[in-house]
Amino acid sequence: MSKSPEVKLVNVPSPNFVPEKDLGKPLVLEAAHLGIDFGGLVAVDEFNIGIGATEICGLIGPNGAGKTTIFNLLTKVYEPTRGTIMLGGKDTHNLTPVQVNQMGIARTFQNIRLFDKLTVEENVKIGLHNHMGYHTLAGVFRLPNYWSEEKKAHERALELLDIFGMADLANVTADSLPYGAQRRLEIVRALATGPKLLLLDEPAAGMNPSETEELMNNIRKIRDEFQIAVLLIEHDMNLVMGICESIVVLNFGRIIAKGTPSQIQGNPQVIEAYLGTHRG
Amino acid sequence: MFSLKKASGLSKKAFLNYAIVIVFYLVFQILVSTGNITSALKGQLIPITCYMIMAVSLNLVVGISGELSLGHAGFMSVGAFAAVIISSAMGNASNPAKLFVSILIGAIIAGIAGFLIGIPVLRLNGDYLAIVTLAFGEIIKNILNCLYVGIDEKGLHFAFNNPDALGMDPLGKVIINGPMGAVGISKIATFSAAVILLLIVLVIIQNLVNSRTGRAIMAIRDNRIAAESMGISPMKYKMLAFTISAAMAGSAGAVYALNYSTLVPKKFDFNTSILVLVFVVLGGIGNMTGSLIAAGILVVLPELLRKFSDYRMLVYAIVLILVMLVSNNEKLKGRIDIFTKKLRMKVRMTFSKGGKK
Repeated sequence: MSKSPEVKLVNVPSPNFVPEKDLGKPLVLEAAHLGIDFGGLVAVDEFNIGIGATEICGLIGPNGAGKTTIFNLLTKVYEPTRGTIMLGGKDTHNLTPVQVNQMGIARTFQNIRLFDKLTVEENVKIGLHNHMGYHTLAGVFRLPNYWSEEKKAHERALELLDIFGMADLANVTADSLPYGAQRRLEIVRALATGPKLLLLDEPAAGMNPSETEELMNNIRKIRDEFQIAVLLIEHDMNLVMGICESIVVLNFGRIIAKGTPSQIQGNPQVIEAYLGTHRG
Repeated sequence: MFSLKKASGLSKKAFLNYAIVIVFYLVFQILVSTGNITSALKGQLIPITCYMIMAVSLNLVVGISGELSLGHAGFMSVGAFAAVIISSAMGNASNPAKLFVSILIGAIIAGIAGFLIGIPVLRLNGDYLAIVTLAFGEIIKNILNCLYVGIDEKGLHFAFNNPDALGMDPLGKVIINGPMGAVGISKIATFSAAVILLLIVLVIIQNLVNSRTGRAIMAIRDNRIAAESMGISPMKYKMLAFTISAAMAGSAGAVYALNYSTLVPKKFDFNTSILVLVFVVLGGIGNMTGSLIAAGILVVLPELLRKFSDYRMLVYAIVLILVMLVSNNEKLKGRIDIFTKKLRMKVRMTFSKGGKK
């Protein structure tokens, strides 16, 4: 399994750090003192994170630690009870998922949420929705810019699908794809919205080792080609340790460790969270 | 070559629908002009076409947008009564002009009604939405039951609940008389106009579905949360589908109304909404061709079953059940698919042979 070269992490103002290469560029995401309560239950508390412009960051933790809840907070599916989320330097307080998507955040889902009855290409074109510059009436009356924009979207969709070698599946309906391909399509669709930060929720779930290896290469390829940041939740430690430049470990809704892969691997608190404490 | 290839791929189904409508029109025009049609069926031609428009427009909400609406007849009645008022108010204008303006304004007013009702209704989901649309359908019917409209030299007079409040000249004429409905409508609707309207409605819906907007509407139907995370606003696109659908129902209502000399609000009750929903469900949800055929057959069927006199609604129900059983039978479906595939192959073979010659 290929390992990414160890990246030196540098402290930036605030309780965050980013890879050295992203120093000097504005942070794509900065969350401070983030927390949410469901009724009396504190699901997430004091969550701080800063993600550099082209950083690949891993979010790990045992089941029920609150990882997906954090994704839902960042994409405004939930409004946080406490704290702030800054996207590209702008506060996202009281914004909707639609608005934060347009500010440059896109995600995939742990339980796949494709548009099942539509084709693969249509799924990607829905991701391109806000990049297609024609009005509803132009579509109804088939004005010239309908044809030109649809053509552009078609070419762009195939280009994006080609990253994962899925261009030949363009006309297949999404629900007839195998599981791994559905996960890849979700990534392509998210990428089509033109994000600055891509959130991947367990992208390798259900994939075999060779598929996972390919996925790792593709995530790196996407980052390099589009110059975007990636925040991913994953249980496959080969993937996390292989591609992440920094890792945040969550347990019971709180951050218990942050650092480079090698720092995390040796952290006794992390080992305790995953394996439990010695008795006696 | 993208656009040509894509266009033919996308529009095959669409062209099939246009072809069905045109064939339907030509067949009945020929039957009418040669006098080979019963007067009962002849009188049904415009209503059939109107119900086809209703079915296709409801399919936009139920099939494409995925919301169960049970108040579609309400929008039809808004269009119908608006058209009656407009056509009376236009006085001596030529019939085609009257018809055109009545349909247009009927559609616009029904669209506005759809938009206003959509504001509260589309905040709900599933069964709740269905129940509230049902309620709004009934509310529209009851409002029209209390509406009195008269016309005299000064123009239109409106009154609510009390016909004496119209305050017209002695020479004035009552157009809409509360629960008695519209009376003395000039029958200006023609079969050709109805078919043209149906074609326009089909073009609008099918082009809409195969565009950026249609994809957004279907994305919300398939997965609302994912659609939001793609930057698509659910309220905006649901509202768009609901309003367009209401406007089309209004235009259908306009043609429908101008085909009768009298029309009561009670005609557009819950049963009519359900009837249109039956066309959509039987034809296949989201399937425009199915909606057209189901509407055509099910409007004519009760007429054809007149022989059975007392038992005709019973037979009608049995036919409905049979269609449901057949269309949901996987084995039978598979057989039909194989048969149509073979048929298609044969057609292609004969065509390609013809081409070589």
